[in-house]
Amino acid sequence: MTAVQITVKLYATLAGHLPAGAKHNQAPLEVPDDATPASVIARLNLPLAKCHLVLVNGVYVQPSRFDSHPLKPGDAIAMWPPVAGG
Amino acid sequence: MGWAGKILRVNLTAGTVKSEPLNMEWAQRYLGSRGLGTKYLMEEIDPRVDPLSPDNKLLFATGPLTGTMASTGGRYTVITKGALTGAIACSNSGGFFGNELKNAGWDMIIVEGRAASPVYLHVENQTARLLPADDLWGTSVWHTEEAIKAKHHDPQIRIASIGVAGEKGVKYACVVNDLHRAAGRSGVGTVMGSKNLKAIAVRGTLGVRIKDFDAFFRATEAAKAVLAGNAVTGQGLPAYGTQVLMNVINESGAMPTRNHRDIQFEGAHKISAEAMAEKRPTDGKANLARNGACFGCTIACGRISQIDRTHFSVKDKPQYWGASGGLEYEAAWALGSNTGVDDLEALTYANFICNEQGMDPISFGATVSAAMELFEIGAITTRETGGIELRFGSAEALVKLAELTGKGEGFGAEIGLGSRLLTAKYGHPDLHMGVKGQEFPAYDSRGIQGMGLTYATSNRGACHLRSYTVASEILGIPEKTDPLATDGKAGLVKAFQDATAAFDSAGICIFTSFAWTLQDVAPQVDAACEGDWTVEKMLEVGERIWNLERQFNLAAGLTAKDDTLPKRLLKEAAKTGPATGRVNDLGKMLPEYYALRGWSPDGVPSNETLARLAL
Repeated sequence: MTAVQITVKLYATLAGHLPAGAKHNQAPLEVPDDATPASVIARLNLPLAKCHLVLVNGVYVQPSRFDSHPLKPGDAIAMWPPVAGG
Repeated sequence: MGWAGKILRVNLTAGTVKSEPLNMEWAQRYLGSRGLGTKYLMEEIDPRVDPLSPDNKLLFATGPLTGTMASTGGRYTVITKGALTGAIACSNSGGFFGNELKNAGWDMIIVEGRAASPVYLHVENQTARLLPADDLWGTSVWHTEEAIKAKHHDPQIRIASIGVAGEKGVKYACVVNDLHRAAGRSGVGTVMGSKNLKAIAVRGTLGVRIKDFDAFFRATEAAKAVLAGNAVTGQGLPAYGTQVLMNVINESGAMPTRNHRDIQFEGAHKISAEAMAEKRPTDGKANLARNGACFGCTIACGRISQIDRTHFSVKDKPQYWGASGGLEYEAAWALGSNTGVDDLEALTYANFICNEQGMDPISFGATVSAAMELFEIGAITTRETGGIELRFGSAEALVKLAELTGKGEGFGAEIGLGSRLLTAKYGHPDLHMGVKGQEFPAYDSRGIQGMGLTYATSNRGACHLRSYTVASEILGIPEKTDPLATDGKAGLVKAFQDATAAFDSAGICIFTSFAWTLQDVAPQVDAACEGDWTVEKMLEVGERIWNLERQFNLAAGLTAKDDTLPKRLLKEAAKTGPATGRVNDLGKMLPEYYALRGWSPDGVPSNETLARLAL
């Protein structure tokens, strides 16, 4: 198993879970090559119930695919709790 | 009850005010506020009227829940024929003015004619009179509110007024109440200015009658519990406000940037909710001072901001050093990513000026963006702009144009035309990014397909608040749909449009719909009002209102040809993000939408549809 680098972006109340050295709500993260949104959520101790909106490269990932959606080198995973505006 | 049962009719030409009974049959069919006001407007004016003629009318309408203990029950709507669009205009505002008007015993004020010289309307419960406003003309909203309160020795008076922008005919002038809440869109303030009506000042202490108080108490308490327990309305909106969307929409690839040339903004993180909460290196304070709430609101999404005193925009202007209405997402987008400006303090200052002088920051920012594109392609030069280097990204240009436009001076007078007239004047009408003359809000419909149909069919011109399918397509409320798909979007848009018309007409804030459905609203209306207010009746009323607005527009001369999008969105593919290579596929959605509505292929409601809705 090799390590790959992705970017993790956490916003609103999830921002407190960003790794040290994060800037502008994002940080590089080295993950195994079989990483998924679920493994990133677990590694950063994110409350799963608060990970409402999960985008990989801007595309929504269904909660049912959190543990099967593969993260590729260079991917950006962004997460929000339930938010809205207008 | 719920309704006060009275209309205040003000004829500015004759200088008269009189009380009339509310048409209760219409109230049963159009509920209140947006719906009922539109019915009165439709009955009383020729839709072909020049919006700025004395024959146009201007209505300030509350809903049956306005002024009650229903959460967010402080809303009112300004209804008229829009100066910016020539279409039906109905601009909704929060704050405290709506509550005060309702508690003064009025469902609605209908303003007619034009005063010979500037006046303001003073209402104290059931007493109303027109007073001279010569000393207020030429002054800002902020000065007007302070001066009227001082004159009447009553700091509790609530005031809706126009700034200099409305007086000078800026096409997208607002009516502003409570310093920084606004009936913002479509130029309702421009119409008010054309009537020489500077302000309406109201003090109301009569209370609102409720049909069944025990049932109303139970219904409103249950509905408030829903808001408090919902993660969006109970936590997200009060903490981060609407501005939390800045990074969401940018990441999703639907952020209109540089007059919709681009679809993602590299500076989004500098102007987001998260940035507003960060402490500045210059003074150790955050841009966001605190959140705020309108009358009766248990969400409190409002932003109150303070500008860095050392910032170039205010360093010699202590009058702007205090905390005031801060950036909402729509303002931050229009003033920011769409102009390419990532200076948070400059955007906050421009927003302050929009509040102070009464301008819609969406249309103002979008028109500056269009002017920047005209400048960059050489269609205008510093000769036209009065020496302003009007390039994308220039905070200095944005700040200068906010000041000039708010006062209708210099090149600001041209920015005050709105982007449709401005781009046409300089030979590039395709650079107007809007529908029916009204500039787009903050979602690029190449990245959120349903919003293209929302914009194209919005009765008041491009608008997100007629059918906020972003909730479903991006945010997953009430359920997630694919933003790049077109299948099913016609039905989604229709459902949002009808429900939104019902929410608006009840006198409550549409933000409750992030947690409430009509199943939460109907019991509140039913307990407050006579009539059997079921979910089904609310939906029928919503659909009826939508069709009535459509009828107004058709009678005003608009046609299906106006239900379209700019060429840029239909022909120029998105360059980045998930929507790369996509345009808006309006052509796939619009025929299905017309059919679902029971309209002809030309967008005209069929006789069967009109009969079904009793129109």
